[in-house]
Amino acid sequence: MGRKTQWTHKHLIGLSDLTREEIELILDTAKSFEEFSTRSIKKAPTLRGKVVVNMFFEDSTRTRNSFTLAASRLSADVIEFTKTSSSVSKGETLIDTARNLEAMGVDIVVIRHSAGGAPKLLSRSINACVVNAGDGYHEHPTQGLLDVYTIRQMRGSLEGLKIGIVGDIAHSRVARSDVYAMTKLGAQVTLIGPPTLMPASVCDLPVKVSYNLDAVIEELDVINMLRIQFERLGGNPFPSVREYSHFFGLTMDRMQRAKKDILVMHPGPINRGLEIESEVADGPNSVILRQVANGLAVRMAVLFLVTQASTLEG
Amino acid sequence: MAKPVSQKILIKNGRLIDPKNSVDTVTDILIDDFRVCRIGKGLSSPNAEVIDASGKIVTPGLIDLHVHFRQPGDEEEETIASGSAAAVAGGFTSVVCMPNTNPPVDEATAVEFVHRMGRQARKTFIYVMGAITKDRAGKELAEIGLMSLAGAIGFTDDGCGVQDTGVMLRAVKYASMFDVVIAQHCEDQSLARHGAMNAGYKATVLGLPGIDPLAEEMMLWRDIQLIKKTRIRYHAQHISTAGSVRIIRQAKAEGLPVTCEVTPHHLLLTEESVSDYNTNYKVNPPLRTQKDVDALKNAVQEGLVDALATDHAPHLQSEKELEFLAAPCGIAGLECALPLYRKALIDEGICDWSQMLAMLTWRPAGVIRVDKGSLAVGDRADVAIIDPDVEWTVDADRFFSKSRNCPYIGWKLKSKVLYTIVAGEIRYRAAT
Repeated sequence: MGRKTQWTHKHLIGLSDLTREEIELILDTAKSFEEFSTRSIKKAPTLRGKVVVNMFFEDSTRTRNSFTLAASRLSADVIEFTKTSSSVSKGETLIDTARNLEAMGVDIVVIRHSAGGAPKLLSRSINACVVNAGDGYHEHPTQGLLDVYTIRQMRGSLEGLKIGIVGDIAHSRVARSDVYAMTKLGAQVTLIGPPTLMPASVCDLPVKVSYNLDAVIEELDVINMLRIQFERLGGNPFPSVREYSHFFGLTMDRMQRAKKDILVMHPGPINRGLEIESEVADGPNSVILRQVANGLAVRMAVLFLVTQASTLEG
Repeated sequence: MAKPVSQKILIKNGRLIDPKNSVDTVTDILIDDFRVCRIGKGLSSPNAEVIDASGKIVTPGLIDLHVHFRQPGDEEEETIASGSAAAVAGGFTSVVCMPNTNPPVDEATAVEFVHRMGRQARKTFIYVMGAITKDRAGKELAEIGLMSLAGAIGFTDDGCGVQDTGVMLRAVKYASMFDVVIAQHCEDQSLARHGAMNAGYKATVLGLPGIDPLAEEMMLWRDIQLIKKTRIRYHAQHISTAGSVRIIRQAKAEGLPVTCEVTPHHLLLTEESVSDYNTNYKVNPPLRTQKDVDALKNAVQEGLVDALATDHAPHLQSEKELEFLAAPCGIAGLECALPLYRKALIDEGICDWSQMLAMLTWRPAGVIRVDKGSLAVGDRADVAIIDPDVEWTVDADRFFSKSRNCPYIGWKLKSKVLYTIVAGEIRYRAAT
């Protein structure tokens, strides 16, 4: 094939660590897995004999199922480990849990955790490959990848596109991974939301910031509506749900002023009527379900690539 | 308990730096009967132990206003004995233990217990700060008077600050009838919340909740307004921000009885160190920015910093191997403090040895009003002998402290404590 970029990462912790070429390599690899879903026998022997553990310390349906399906389509054995605990310091430590699983011969650990940095900690402590399935509000790299994959699929390229990300930026790992992936691929990103939901020193990120959705919606090619995560909001960052919806909800009314072909995205699960109206979520501009479908191909690519790197490393 | 032994010690040809008495000269010192007996060139004494201190610095024993020895309650992290051994290995002849033990030091028997353990350890002098409020809960005043009678030299709820302004006002008013210092870990919880590092770009990128510098500055500013009503001595613990320096500068300019301390890590490290979620850099107040480090160094240069203090905070390795959010705050640093101060201050041209040692001897002694930090004839013989230029590598396996949560492990540092003499007795000799 004569590919220029060589994948060398045994772990996927975040997209801030990756170059544009590496991100493109994942997307190209995912493309080759995309047609899998249309086959009658949806399985390849790529990871036969490998063991993948899904370690989920936070609730998740979409991401966990997507990883499970991606691993099984590549013929890996999958262990599901779910433990939702509010206190990570109680009981068995993360490292001990992972070392125990590793002793059973696990090759890849897919981890979702409420504490930022947990996958990094794990990658330092065990030999298996570590794939971050979302850590606190640090990163959610496979979500970032499937988002840019979807945009590329629809538009061919992200170069020069204007993308708005709306909502709770401060507590969003999706926003961070999106910013890295989108800007590295040449898009201009505007973060939109109330100042109380913006992280510290947000202007140092390679983005524009706006507190006024109506002022910027007309210029956007893509709009990504983040879920308001009530479980993560501290205090009272906005006065009420209806006030939030009034200023930052994606309504049919606002859609009238957007570009006709604007892509509407959402990482799910949707709070219908809160950050996005049902008619918009289900409307012709929405690529929300396409994102979910693409997540599978992207995660197959990631599992495949980290395993390759691990094998090369010996 | 062993009886005190009067040891005769003759320190020959050392460079005596005694900032309190403006001494910086090569001389001999004879120690006898627990005290400095003679100072002068060409001393001899037939049955004294002779220490050749040529090329070495001889200074009053160092004083650390801020250590956590974890006893009672968390003896697996540190004990008063292990902490005291670490202290003398660092050249410290007096330390002040913080009250956030388990149970906290919030009544007189606890103060007496810490003192007693300190005497039994027989390494460094132990002073005690009691809690300002019962159970350090920030609600009701602890028995400040009775603790003071038991020997507590000051009060703080260290680990957190007293949040309620009314409670704090009552505390400073009440405590002003005793000769004690009120110290504060300045941190407004409503701003700091569950923060794990400095609020800023780094925290945003790492997805960690931040602690805004304002959390420290608001409480410091508030407290200074409160003490204007009482004139009690007030000590700001481990200040870490440029804003705090401005507040201290202003308070001192107004002639208020305000003092402050700075840690080695806030002089040497920034939030950049946290990049890899390395929990050895998780500390409270958090590591700030280069701008703040520079402001603290300027404060040292201006003479605004009264004391250099380690905030020696030992923790178990297993606790530090947790997720960054879950790991406890703290750096264990008594045994390498002196060379760290040297690196931050002397090597950077911020101050000279005499100025630096002032912040480690008589000036901290003044904060807690104890008769220490001076080496004139007749003074109690608390002495550190330092090889100023020898280079060594920080090796946790050689720590006397029980803990290893030290970001400086592997660092090559200059200056090493060779001997520590406490009340005329050699309590530490560096392995040769």
